[in-house]
Amino acid sequence: MTDKNIDLSVEIAGVKFSNPVIAASGTFGFGREFGDFIDLNAIGGISVKGLTLEKRQGNRPPRIAETPAGILNSVGLQNPGVKAFIEEEIPFLKRFNTRIIANIAGNTIEDYCAMAEMLSDTDIDAIELNVSCPNVKKGCVAFGNSPEGIREITGRVKKYCKKPLIVKLTPNVTDIKEIAIAAEDAGADALSLINTILGMAIDIHRKRPILANNMGGLSGPAVKPIAVRMVYEVANVVKIPVIGMGGISSGEDAVEFMLAGASAVMVGTANFINPRACVDVVEGIKQYLCRYNHSSVHEIIGKLQIY
Amino acid sequence: MSRILTEKVVSVKELAKNIYKMTVQSEYISMNAVPGRFVNVKCCCGIDALLRRPISICNVDKDGGSFDIVFQVKGKGTEYLSQKKAGDEVDLIGPLGNSFEINKDNKRIAVVGGGIGIFPLLYLLKELKGVDRSSYLGFRSSDYVVLLEEFGAESEALSVSTDDGSRGYKGLVTDLLERDIEEKGFDIIYACGPTPMLKKVSEISKKTGIPCQVSLEQRMGCGIGACLVCACKIGNPDNWDYKHVCKDGPVFWSDEVIFDD
Repeated sequence: MTDKNIDLSVEIAGVKFSNPVIAASGTFGFGREFGDFIDLNAIGGISVKGLTLEKRQGNRPPRIAETPAGILNSVGLQNPGVKAFIEEEIPFLKRFNTRIIANIAGNTIEDYCAMAEMLSDTDIDAIELNVSCPNVKKGCVAFGNSPEGIREITGRVKKYCKKPLIVKLTPNVTDIKEIAIAAEDAGADALSLINTILGMAIDIHRKRPILANNMGGLSGPAVKPIAVRMVYEVANVVKIPVIGMGGISSGEDAVEFMLAGASAVMVGTANFINPRACVDVVEGIKQYLCRYNHSSVHEIIGKLQIY
Repeated sequence: MSRILTEKVVSVKELAKNIYKMTVQSEYISMNAVPGRFVNVKCCCGIDALLRRPISICNVDKDGGSFDIVFQVKGKGTEYLSQKKAGDEVDLIGPLGNSFEINKDNKRIAVVGGGIGIFPLLYLLKELKGVDRSSYLGFRSSDYVVLLEEFGAESEALSVSTDDGSRGYKGLVTDLLERDIEEKGFDIIYACGPTPMLKKVSEISKKTGIPCQVSLEQRMGCGIGACLVCACKIGNPDNWDYKHVCKDGPVFWSDEVIFDD
């Protein structure tokens, strides 16, 4: 098998991606920031920085702490607001052959519905419902951490959303399977997981948390085994496609998620360290498929053999 | 445009306790650097010390195609970096950030540096040859005093302070700036160092009406404006935005920076 003959394309909720690698929300800005380093046409999709109805300043700095094989962040959804995104960022992103996913977050269900309605009339390809950001005090994660909460918000947003709806799940729950099932029942077209894991780091010399927000979301290689386990659990209980993420920085990492049942993957924290991470992951998946004589990425999705 | 580069280390030298100067061979950085900009360095391969470390460019040798960074060992990342040897490779992204404004109409300039904040100012001084340059450098104690000869060679006047008086004036470096400011009549002040120092220099600038640029520091993630963690308050108290040190800065006009307590 030569790598030219390998089919990397995937279809998720009716959206065709040229390859299964998507830049994760909050780690890729609106794509422009990476223009110096990669060809944006080379990645399957971009999930943009989490959007809110109005512009948000985010949390006080420090907003980042490095931890073993990972980082904690507490950005708090700093973004220019959904209107500015529609007017200024979508036209830029449309110049590239990559799928655009609008990640939305809000304080109230009405905020989410309003944004879904506005974005339904634009050129984006899908909406990702962020009900899992651990860094904002109101709303958001509160909707995502119970089956009842996720059922209600997914059902209500679905009424206003004319685009495929991806629901992004938080790992900060006792049983992610029941949350996933609730989202599927309420009409989610796909699921993405995991968002960051709530964590804390302390400066022992100052006897204070490193983050001004006290706590933050953990991401990076440290979370990968947890993420793989959750993707595996969820993929086994839902019929809708699952997009896996959590500590992916190489093709091998991505393949783990795909074997566990992910139809596509998102690359997050790795973009901060290596701005070419997304294209490196695409290349790594291709090499893996080539090595094991697969002609299509579909030959590995969910093909894990369990003991 | 900034690039991801793998370059060769020319030399690593310990200048003072835990403070190292690294010279790196890089045609690209040496041709594209300007004072104020920085490089974001991966200190070791793999997942240990995961993030890159932003380090300002301290000196550039355009003819030799190399540049210098000076850094203090503060944790694991800088510890790894300090152990590099001549001939080793170093993975860096740069040059990043904006730059100090250099205007030929400014005939008398002051630079005010504190601790490890002094390093980008040396590069700035070199690019300002021909104007009257006064340097004010503050350190914790004589143990941390570095690059005085280099600063002396690039300054018409050099004043040094230490917190404990073990070298030069005992007290704040900003006292020295205030002492000279009326007599010297500076056209512009450039500052880089700890936040209390920048805040004080900013107050002096406001009081005297002398424009001032400050280079800010904040815990950074990506260095390219994507992760939004290195926030700083820019504007006025009634109307400000969180801008980002890596992309909008690190250099800002002091009258637009809101220093939080």
